Amino acid sequence: MADKRTTVDDIVAELRSGMTIGIGGWGSRRKPMALIRALCRSDLRDLTLVAYGGPDVGLLCATGKVKKVVCAFVTLDSIALDPHWRAARQEGRVDVMELDEGMFFQGLQAAAWRVPFLPTRAGLGSDVLTVNPDLRLVRSPYGADSPYVDDPSDAHVELVAMPALRLDAAVVHTNRADTAGNGQILGPDPFFDPLFLGAAERRFLTTERIVENGRLTDEGPLSAVVIHRMLTDGVAETPGGAHFTANPPDYGRDESFQKEYAGSAGDPAGWGAFSLRYIDVTEDEYQARVAQRRSS
Amino acid sequence: MTPLRPNGQPCTRAESCVIACADTWRGAGEIMASPFGTIPSLGARLAKSTFAPDLVLTDGEAALMVGAPPITTGPADVVREAAMPYRSVFDVVWSGRRHIMMMASQIDRSGNQNISAIGDHRHPDVQLIGVRGAPGNSVNHPTSYWVPDHSVRSFVEHVDVVSGVGYARAAAAGAGATRFHDVRRVVSNLGVFDFDTPDRSMRVRSYHPGVSVDEIVRATSFTLSIPDDVQETRAPTAAELQLLRTVLDPGSLRDRDVKR
Repeated sequence: MADKRTTVDDIVAELRSGMTIGIGGWGSRRKPMALIRALCRSDLRDLTLVAYGGPDVGLLCATGKVKKVVCAFVTLDSIALDPHWRAARQEGRVDVMELDEGMFFQGLQAAAWRVPFLPTRAGLGSDVLTVNPDLRLVRSPYGADSPYVDDPSDAHVELVAMPALRLDAAVVHTNRADTAGNGQILGPDPFFDPLFLGAAERRFLTTERIVENGRLTDEGPLSAVVIHRMLTDGVAETPGGAHFTANPPDYGRDESFQKEYAGSAGDPAGWGAFSLRYIDVTEDEYQARVAQRRSS
Repeated sequence: MTPLRPNGQPCTRAESCVIACADTWRGAGEIMASPFGTIPSLGARLAKSTFAPDLVLTDGEAALMVGAPPITTGPADVVREAAMPYRSVFDVVWSGRRHIMMMASQIDRSGNQNISAIGDHRHPDVQLIGVRGAPGNSVNHPTSYWVPDHSVRSFVEHVDVVSGVGYARAAAAGAGATRFHDVRRVVSNLGVFDFDTPDRSMRVRSYHPGVSVDEIVRATSFTLSIPDDVQETRAPTAAELQLLRTVLDPGSLRDRDVKR
């Protein structure tokens, strides 16, 4: 069986400028931040990000890597709105495809199921349809005479045809993974991570710890292994790799660090200092500085 | 501020707001109540603890919780009854077994809500959090709104970016949008509003104790429908007030959510 172990730098080396990249997690929860930090340090640019947005989106916008973001929100959870995202939008530095959270889910699902769209009520009547003029409606082929229509208001009803959100690559962070690329999420919510992988051409896990194939049941329940190896091409071990986002049960959100991150927005000197200390450094240096910060 | 009430217990403005929020879930049955913000959260907990015991509440993370613990209870300390990861939340949303109370940076006469951006969406003056689930929520299940700072800037003639869908926009979008559309209530720090009018435009349902209808009119950018017999927001019962003050919110977080 293939050994899919790789490194964050090798994952980044597979990515290209202009790619559409899906990022797992939700808000400031279980984001593949070690990979995001490596993207910030890379030469890549003009990326389209597809995410239930958090500091992944904020950091990549702040470092000038982003052309467009497909999202329903960008939040830090304990801070309602990522200020780096706010700044990028208000200064006109990034485009946005703003979607309803459920439309976003259906877009990933359509891509994973290899259909061009999925119908939904979500979006009807809202400005999601006006700010995204490429979105189309679809009319149900089932009329009032159809045995499949039980309510007249559903006869030939018009719904949103949510297009497939196909990804060139996807990256998600798990608590554990094995050498074959199975992923285990020990926290309370897998979010949409398996779908991001299913919607993508190239699929990568970062994880707190890699164990031998067959040993994930030593780490937690089998039902927590929600990512099977048919969904993954590579897995990189990155302890603390979701910092500063929440990654229970391994660690919670580093609220103090998040405040420092948020506080560096809209202040060139503050951002310069933050960037020098936490972005223009290797992952090992980053983790050492985080440990040092925590103990001081 | 504790005005003496002829029809119940003297209470603060924040407590009137909690009662008004709680009453939006009266008679809801076994559905998910999804409150955003301290006052709506207290309202949902008060409702579940008293007149709406079958309500389903999440722990704010990925589980449904037993009972209605104090507002400061963290996910680690609640008793959980079932898993509710985000992906399952959409099953609930699209099944209709939910009544959400979201916040609104702007709300208009027709019940459109904006939490996306102020100004032109392509280049916003102020970027807000994003539409989140508002478009889908508002056309799939009952939706209410909480506006803690009622003013001419929040109650506007037309919102800048329609996130949650109001009555006129739903009607224009057709049966797909109207079948389950139900913008139920708007609760602000000044009063309670609904859309029970012939043209489904916003109506004053009640004004909170200590607030005049004139004050509400002055703080609203559009013309509100005002019934001749408009009532004061109901006062809490002694039992509700005791529950709120001693069990659900002994630290008075509710007072931080309402400026006046």
